Amino acid sequence: MMLSLTEIVKYFHRGSVNEVLALNGASLEVKRGDFVSIIGSNGAGKSTLLNCVAGCFAPDSGSIVVKGTDVTSWPEYKRAAYLSRVFQDPLRGTCASGTIEQNLAMASRRGKRNTLAMGVKKREREEFREQLATLKLGLEDRLKDRAGLLSGGQRQALTMLMATMVRPDILLLDEHTAALDPKTSAQILELTDQIIHEQHLTAMMVTHNMQHALELGNRLVMMHQGQIILDVEGDEKKKLQVQDLMERFYAVRGETYSDDRALLV
Amino acid sequence: MTTYAFLGALEQGCAYGLMVLGVYLTFRVLDFPDLTVDGSLPMGAAVSAVAITNGVDPFVALFIAMGGGFIAGAVTGFLNTKLKILHLLASILTMIALYSINIRIMGRPNMTLLGQDTVLTPLLNLGLTPSVAAPVLFSGFCILVVILLIWFLHTEFGLAMLATGDNRQMITSQGVNTDFMIIFGVGLSNALVALSGALIAQNQGAADVNMGVGTIVAGLASVIIGETLVGCRTITRALIAAFIGSILYRLAIAFALSAKLGAFRVTPSDLNLITAILVVAALTAPKLKQRWAR
Ligand SMILES: Nc1ncnc2c1ncn2[C@@H]1O[C@H](COP(=O)(O)OP(=O)(O)OP(=O)(O)O)[C@@H](O)[C@H]1O
Ligand SMILES: [Mg+2]
Repeated sequence: MMLSLTEIVKYFHRGSVNEVLALNGASLEVKRGDFVSIIGSNGAGKSTLLNCVAGCFAPDSGSIVVKGTDVTSWPEYKRAAYLSRVFQDPLRGTCASGTIEQNLAMASRRGKRNTLAMGVKKREREEFREQLATLKLGLEDRLKDRAGLLSGGQRQALTMLMATMVRPDILLLDEHTAALDPKTSAQILELTDQIIHEQHLTAMMVTHNMQHALELGNRLVMMHQGQIILDVEGDEKKKLQVQDLMERFYAVRGETYSDDRALLV
Repeated sequence: MTTYAFLGALEQGCAYGLMVLGVYLTFRVLDFPDLTVDGSLPMGAAVSAVAITNGVDPFVALFIAMGGGFIAGAVTGFLNTKLKILHLLASILTMIALYSINIRIMGRPNMTLLGQDTVLTPLLNLGLTPSVAAPVLFSGFCILVVILLIWFLHTEFGLAMLATGDNRQMITSQGVNTDFMIIFGVGLSNALVALSGALIAQNQGAADVNMGVGTIVAGLASVIIGETLVGCRTITRALIAAFIGSILYRLAIAFALSAKLGAFRVTPSDLNLITAILVVAALTAPKLKQRWAR
């Protein structure tokens, strides 16, 4: 098993009037090579689940095991050896004041010790250029430009590349196309699918777009109020339609489904 | 301004230049406003003065002073990252504590180094006058440190430190322990500030527990003057700018002190006010410019 989440409970502001139970005993087993789409309404706990895996905070109870190693109490930086992330906000994944090549150089050492060797090495530049060329955005000629100069879509594509330069055991994507316009969003999604397939990555992708959730990945998980309420994979998932998801979703909310709703919110 | 005042300003600019480079590291690289410097500057002075009067070689005394400064900065970093105290407050706490510690180090609030060998002695033995020897030696120190910092900030480790100040989330997800980076970076910064204090004490022949008052403001003013007049497009340029800013700041101060407006004269005690106003102006100028541009 690549990732085992067992009975994860996570409160925010525990014991105060603002107490929120963000994860209420969520369990999930992710196999090597699984590409899991995660859907659910606002506040369902999707981001909290991914943040728990990444180690932004420790769960109140439950365990997180990656490739047989219990990482529940590991700090975020240590888990970077196993996983990489792309955030919803394009600004979060790259260092704005650093150049493109510096960002790539940092990503190419994910999980390794930083030494006093030169940060960007000559021989690396050629590799960076080749890898940037695969994005087809012309970034290969802009190695020395600051990442802060790039558009949101370009930055997100760069982050995607950075997240997969060193092959991660698990790739975490949290609404990573939500801040982009529809066309750019589709491009980044295609890039995501392509990279995940080429490298046979294990990935978890949160999205609000049910079409995306159905098209991408071999597995689909729906969350509600901090729990996983639906988990389908393989052929069963292939047969799934937006309407099925809608019905399922409004059933747990105690509402009836009406056709004009296209997004899970 | 007399030649004498000019050389004096140059000498001060170089001696305080190392402090300014330290302030640049925390303020600009780590985005960590660090007031520890008001305490670590006199700490460097005190440590080196005590070491020298105990027969330690003046150059070795500089290294001991740097060690002391590093520990002081690391304590601030620790308070901030591990005990979750706001960076400004953490640095104020260390600064206040250093006041007591510095008096303990010296055994009294101030001490003189009259008659002792200092780092300047070898140059004076070559026949240089003190007003030439000091700027030469201190600028040599600054240039060396600028070169070392340019190199350091281009290494893998240095890049990770830059990223820690810019985007902590990003560099954490690359596997860098940002707590360590901050503790080390603030330590390194204060090691430079303490080195600066040690040189100043050896140059003026005395260490005083109050000599650090206003260090942070002078440091910020120097950094900002350098950025404005020299620019900061690249790290290399920004570091050189910080050093030049230190000299320009001391020249500006010397100029202000020599100026006369009718019966009004600027006295040294006015300098903190002038510097504070200068920093406020420099910090708000870019925002005002933006507002006018709209
Ligand atoms: N850092 C935090 N501090 C306090 N409360 C939080 C924090 N992060 C999440 N929450 C709360 O936990 C609950 C779950 O939030 P989470 O961000 O995981 O939802 P989500 O499924 O990602 O929603 P969305 O689709 O809107 O992104 C929400 O009620 C949210 O307000
Ligand atoms: Mg979310």
